[in-house]
This record gives sequence, structure tokens and C-alpha cells, in this order.
Amino acid sequence: MSSRANDFAFKIATANGTGSASANGLIMQAIFRMGIPVTGKNLFPSNIQGLPTWYEIRVSKDGYNARTPNFDLMVALNPATYAKDVEEVQSGGYLMYDSSWPFDERLRRSDVTYIGVPFAEMCNASFRGVRERILMKNIAYAGALAALLDIDTEVVVQLTLEKYSKKPALLDSNRKAIALGFDYVKANYDCPLPIRLEKMDETKDCILIDGNTAAGLGCLYAGATVGAWYPITPSTSLMEAFTNFAKKYRTDPITKKKHYAIIQAEDELSAIGMVIGASWAGARAFTPTSGPGISLMGEFLGLAYYAEIPAVLFDVQRTGPSTGMPTRTQQGDIMSCAYASHGDTKHICVYPADPKEAFEMAVAAFDLAEKFQTPVFVLSDLDIGMNDWMIPKLNWDDSYKPNRGKVLNAEDLEKAEKFYRYYDVDGDGIPYRTLPGVHPKGAYFTRGSGHNKFGGYTEDGDEYQEVLDRIGRKVAGAAKSVPSPVVMKRPGASVGIVTIGGCHGACVEALDLLAADGIQADFMRVRGFPFSEEVTEFLNQHETNFIVEQNRDGQLRNLLLLETGVPGSKLDSIRYYSGYPLSAHHVISAVKNKLRMAA
Amino acid sequence: MSYILKPKVHHPSLQKNAVGLTRRDYEGAISTLCAGCGHDSITAAFIQAFWELDIEPYKVAKLSGIGCSSKTPAYFLREAHGFNSVHGRMPSVATGAAAANRELVMVGVSGDGDSLSIGLGQLCHAIRRNVNLLYVLENNGVYGLTKGQFSASADPGSTSKKGDINSMEAIDGVLMALTLGATFVARSFSGDKAQLVPLIKAGLSHKGFAFIDVISPCVTFNDHEGSTKSYAYTREHQLEVIQADFTMPQEEITTEYAPNTTKRVQLHDGSVVTLSKVGEDYDPTDRDRAYSHIRELHAKGETATGLLYISPDSVDMMDQNEAVPEALYNQPFDILCPGSAELDKLQQRFR
Repeated sequence: MSSRANDFAFKIATANGTGSASANGLIMQAIFRMGIPVTGKNLFPSNIQGLPTWYEIRVSKDGYNARTPNFDLMVALNPATYAKDVEEVQSGGYLMYDSSWPFDERLRRSDVTYIGVPFAEMCNASFRGVRERILMKNIAYAGALAALLDIDTEVVVQLTLEKYSKKPALLDSNRKAIALGFDYVKANYDCPLPIRLEKMDETKDCILIDGNTAAGLGCLYAGATVGAWYPITPSTSLMEAFTNFAKKYRTDPITKKKHYAIIQAEDELSAIGMVIGASWAGARAFTPTSGPGISLMGEFLGLAYYAEIPAVLFDVQRTGPSTGMPTRTQQGDIMSCAYASHGDTKHICVYPADPKEAFEMAVAAFDLAEKFQTPVFVLSDLDIGMNDWMIPKLNWDDSYKPNRGKVLNAEDLEKAEKFYRYYDVDGDGIPYRTLPGVHPKGAYFTRGSGHNKFGGYTEDGDEYQEVLDRIGRKVAGAAKSVPSPVVMKRPGASVGIVTIGGCHGACVEALDLLAADGIQADFMRVRGFPFSEEVTEFLNQHETNFIVEQNRDGQLRNLLLLETGVPGSKLDSIRYYSGYPLSAHHVISAVKNKLRMAA
Repeated sequence: MSYILKPKVHHPSLQKNAVGLTRRDYEGAISTLCAGCGHDSITAAFIQAFWELDIEPYKVAKLSGIGCSSKTPAYFLREAHGFNSVHGRMPSVATGAAAANRELVMVGVSGDGDSLSIGLGQLCHAIRRNVNLLYVLENNGVYGLTKGQFSASADPGSTSKKGDINSMEAIDGVLMALTLGATFVARSFSGDKAQLVPLIKAGLSHKGFAFIDVISPCVTFNDHEGSTKSYAYTREHQLEVIQADFTMPQEEITTEYAPNTTKRVQLHDGSVVTLSKVGEDYDPTDRDRAYSHIRELHAKGETATGLLYISPDSVDMMDQNEAVPEALYNQPFDILCPGSAELDKLQQRFR
């Protein structure tokens, strides 16, 4: 193998619950601190302990962050998955394994170099107790990788110091374990390998963060005061992040009282009910969930739509249908969120592509929900939500003022002659609302049953229709306020590649590689629903648009077909829905195949 | 939620309360429930209780689910925000509202279908959280709006208007609330205003979840003799076509009785409920005693009413959460948002 600095991928195979996550995080962070663009993808089981788990790290000097299925180095530490792990190594690649036990000769490949390191033997000799021996085996492989890939040892030492400065015993153990792996590999193999790291300066204005943490931070900055939730993978860490941030930044320094309330509900029905109740009473309220939660919330979402109550939902999508694969990623809720609940409903959705957008769109979602008095969905996914992404540092504009929408206060009501809840005063379809406990003139009855523009109950068809039509106009009007699509045009492009959310990285990489092969494509990533004019225009500009998404049925394509009026003949579909994050090569091979067939 | 607007007419001689309001100011729209419905008596008790407590109506939030009982918040306190939510889910909406604005006086009105069937889970968890809410369960043992199915509070052996015999055990909201650790548990009867009004006042004053189960007869769908074959036979063969949308106006059922006595009350359907008021020597702070008292009377075919249990050291949801004493919904933004300098600082953690 020729030398390939800062452009390779490796994969670590372990069993979950053994502490490998902290070793993997350490390696990833060390590469990041060396100034090299890096991405980590955690492929984990829906289980607490003992099942196979993998961590994939891609190093890319060009900054590509999509998953790559080609591994130059496999760290195979779980005998249960040896066969599969050996298979996944690229020809000419490397496989490191625990040589405390003999390696099954039937699994040897002649085109792969094997690196045996007796991790268990060394750790058993150096540490006491089952727990420490298992934990330190992980740190030892981090040490071995440091030698093989030329990870800056000073960075590794610094990281362990930061992490364990308050736990001196752990610091000693970690240092010892790193040295065990590092020294053994140095002594027994040629280091570094041709795939290796060289310091760069590409990460200094970046952070490593997962999308759920970023979204939780967004809720804090948006001024959310009520969070209600039911734990569900992969959304749980969003509320955990909000909880930690709120505890730190929203606890009164003197009284120790909290300027927020977090309620763990008994189920998702209750969680969304609490959000609706809190929003009705004037708070910025949100709930993080995943597809099964959205299904359960259906009835309430129709109420919020029809009674015009703000709500912010984070749908960190996982594979469906039903329980599906809870720890695998997908974009399977595009349709169910857009039209959640019975009757004529349509909901504002925003689609972040990475943790930076998860932060920004969390804030935008609260503004949209209060401006339009309706539920807003932030559709993230497991890959964005739970994996660490390298993104530019988050920024905050201190002049930001939350858009609380058309809410009449006591003064307004005192001056007003009469208040009608659902009257279209301004002609934009957005009525004025009042909050309970503010003023006698503000009182009205909130109901999911038929109501007229004055807020009264009705069974009169014309009165009912008038309100429903206005709500339709109101939500359609949100197309101008949702985040605009990201569009990148190339000279001479004949086709369009259109995508959504976390497919961004794979598509952008594919665009470059396709261009190198002489295929120029324009690019659009939709970021909000209802779709704006710009989306329709882009689609109309191309005879063929490849709609790239992660679900079986082409949900984004179908939504575009339904909502933009662009003919189906212009909308071709590329779908990938195995539950793993999308890779550029899926996009490239599908585009090439389709173009070949069309020629 | 159907209602008819009621003209607001003030007679100068009407008595005013401490906030200068008459009982009329606590009324709502005219009820569209069946004439003689027990729920209307409860509505009247609400009006009386709020007036007597001198609560300004606009400071109240009244919430409900779906069903006959859930229509009633439209019939009192026209100057209060009302929320007719979805079936069985009022507790979660109320919980959210209580979190957003703990200064609101909150009342939830529900029925036995809403509370004990579709919404059983939400009721249980609102009790566990001790949400600061008066929760009144208007209990008639029957689904009225869908025309007479048994509810989960129907007693075993009772018959529906169609003549079906209920074979399942009833869920007793009061025993359940006690088991779940409710901090205020009471039972009353819609016709007993003398008992109900003070209970509502006590419930509104309680900091935490106040549960009042109010037996409230349905004049339309309990208007039959429980197990009489002939009645059911006659209805099935002669009255089936018109019975559902024709209701004879009836007098409200009222009764009064002194503490420590029992009273047999004949309901519209001819059945009899024996109410037993707890005595002045009863200790409502003893949860186990309350439980056995209710069970003992139940074994004798009697229903215990009155304030059955109250916890003297109730800590409501927001205090459990250690929330600030003020409402959260209108906290100044600069308290809520840490700002750009802090964002820069905290991101060091992610390097």
C-alpha cells in the first residue's frame, strides 16, 4: 500500500458494555486535536451489554464526512464477529486482533496484513480485577493505534489528563494501558503504517459534537422553559443534554430554584399533551421523540393544528416500521410528520443536516411554532443525533429576540373592544391569541371540535370551512419562513441531485467524484416544509432530478410530487435504507446506472 | 361542546363578593345537557364555590377531555380560559399548563369514561406527580354521548338501558387515587350541594392534586330499572326507535343529610344509592383508615362520601421540580438565554 496520510478509514469491532466507547472517543478526539478532519460513526446494538458493536472512524483531509464502507484497518477485538470483520477489510489493508488466543486460520486472507497484539495477556498481567482488566484492554488498543497511525502521543497524554485529572488512580491506569499497547506495537511491527496521520490545521474553528446535544443546546438558547418527554432511542440524549445545560445555566444562583421544568411523561401521548398545555399557557415547550412516538402523538397533533397551539417536536428518526431497528438510522418519517393526524392536516417541518443545523433549527422551530401557532417538527436522525460530527463552532447573535407571535397582553386586551380567537385580523391567516390568567377579555374556549372564526362551537358547514381554509392558507404561508434550500450549481450541469437532512455529506462527496468522471450535477438540499418556490423552480430547471433519501418508498420524492406540482417524470429516485448512514458510493453508482440506462 | 350564549344581566341588588363580583359573573353559557342532568348541579356548585372563594374568573384555567362531563367547563366562568382537549388526555394538558404558569387556578372536569377507561393512565400519573389541579370526576357509570354503553365505573350486576348485564368489576376512582398516593381524595353526590360546594372549595385550596369523585346520575341512559326483565323487554320491542333522542324533563335529584348518618337516595333509574357521610370524629389524614373505611361501607352496600383523605404535607409537582415560585412562561429572555460569550466558553468542552 502506498502512503496515504490523512485519507483513510478504520473500524473498531468490540462488544458493547465493555467500555470501548471512551477509548473510541479518545482516538477520535486525538485526531481532531491534531487538526485533521475526522468523523465517527457508532454502529451499536439495541442492547446493554455483550452484543457486537462497531465504531468507524474516517479521516479525510478534504473534509468529507460521510460514512465510507471501505476500511483500511480493522481493529477486530470481538471473536463473535471476526468472519464479518475480516471480510470488510479492503484488499491491501490491515487487521489488528488480540493475539492472546490463536486466530482462526480459516479466516486468514492473503491480501490482508495481520497485526497480533496480546491485549488480554498484557492487561491481565498489569491490572487487577475483572472490571479494570476489561476496561484497560480498550485503552491499550487506543495506545496500539497511536503507534500504528502515528497519533501524537502528547495529544493523547493531554486528553487523558483532562479527562481524569480528578481521578488520579484512573489516570495512572490509563497511562499504563496506553503504554502497553503503544510499546508492544512499536517493538513488534513497522510503525507507522502507510495509512497514517500528519498534523494539519483544519479543525481550530470547529467542534466535535452530536446533534442531540446541539439541539438540546438550541432549546436552551431559544428560551424553552418546559420540556416533556418519554425516553426513546435515539432521542434520549437530547433531553439529557437540555437537562444538563439547564441545570447549569438556568438555576438561580441565590435561591437555587430552576427557571425551567422537565417532566418525564408516562408515554408519548402524555408528553405531547404536556407540550400543548404548556404552549397554550404561553411557554416555549418541546418534546424529543422518534418515529413510534410520532405515531402515538397523532391525535394530539391534530388538536394542536386545528386549535392552533404551538408545539416543537424533535423526531430523531430511526428505522421503522414498528419497532424496526431502534439503533439504526433512517429518514422514514418524512411523510408521517408532514401530514400527522387524521383529517386535513399539514405541518411545518425543518430538516437539519448536521449538529450545527440541529442547533440553529431548534431555535428557528420555536420561532416558527409561535409565529404560526402550530406544531413544528425538527426531523433529525440517529446518525445526526447520536454520532459525533466535526462542525464549525456554533455562533449566537446576542441581538436575537424570540418571535413570540401574535399574543395579546393585558394592556392590548384592556384597550380592545372585543377579542375573537380565530379572526383573521391581518389577512395573513394568522389570528391573535391570548394566554390564560392575563385578562378577563382574553377568555376563549380552546377546542378540537368544530369552531367558527369567533372561537365558538359550530356544526355549520360554512363556518367550519372558513376556519379550516384559513388554517390551510396560514400553513402554506410558512413556506416563505422555513429555512431556504441549500443550492449549489455547477456549470454545464444537466441533472439535479436533490436530498434532505443527513444525506448531505454523501451527496456533496458524490458530486465531486461524479464531476471527476465528467458528470456534472446541480445540487439542492431541502431544509423546510411546506416547500418554497425556490424548491419548485430548481426541480423544474432539470429534466431529471435524482431524489436521494434514506427510506424504501421515496418519501421525499412523493412529498415533492404531491406538493410542488412538478411532473413525476422529472423526479427520479435513489433510496438507501439499510439503517447505516449513506455513503457517497451508493449515490455515485445509482446515478451512473440510471444515466447509463437512460442513454 | 355545544352551548347557547346566556345574556349577562345584572340585578343591582345581587350580592357581591370580596372582589366585587356577583354569582352571575361566575356563570357561563346555558347548558345543552339533558334537563335534570347531575352534571348541571355540579356546574352550579362550581359557580358557588368560585364565588365564595373570591377568585377572579380570569385567573382560572378550566380543562376537560371529551364526553358529557367535559362539555361543562363552558357552563361556568365565562371569563376564564377553557380547554376542551382530547378524550382522556386532559391530565397531560393540565400538567403542561401547570408547568408553564403555576399561578393559574386550575380545574379539570372529566367523566368516568374519560378518566377510568381511555384516560386511566393519564389520571394515574397526574396523581403521582401531584399536579396542582382540582380534578372533578363526574361519575355516572355510563357513556352518554354514544348512547348508553357501560363505563369502567359501572357496578357488576348493573344493567344497561339495552338490558345488558355488566359482568366486570368496577374501577373505583377513590380507592385507586388513595393507592396511588393522592394527596386529596373526596367523594360526593351531584345533588348534595351542601357537601359538594365546601369540597370544591377545599380542593381548589389544596396545593396539589385534589381528586373529587362526584356521583352524577344520567337521566337519559340510567333511566331504567337495573335488572327488570319486563322493562328491557318493553323497551326493545316498543321504544327502541324513538327512545334515544327523547328525554323527559325531570327534576334534579337532591338530598341533604346530617354528618354520621346514612341516606338512601333514589336515582332516576329507580336504583338506590346509600350515602354515608363521614363523621366529625373521622381523621382524614390517615390513608389506611380511609381505605378501610370505604371498603367497610362498600361491603354493607353503602358509599362513603365527604373528604376522605388529605395529606397535610403535600408537595406539588412544581415544588418537587424545585421550580422558581413565579410562572415560567413569561420569564425575561435574558434569564433564559446564556448569550454568545457563554456559548464560546462552553464549546471548549467539545474540542
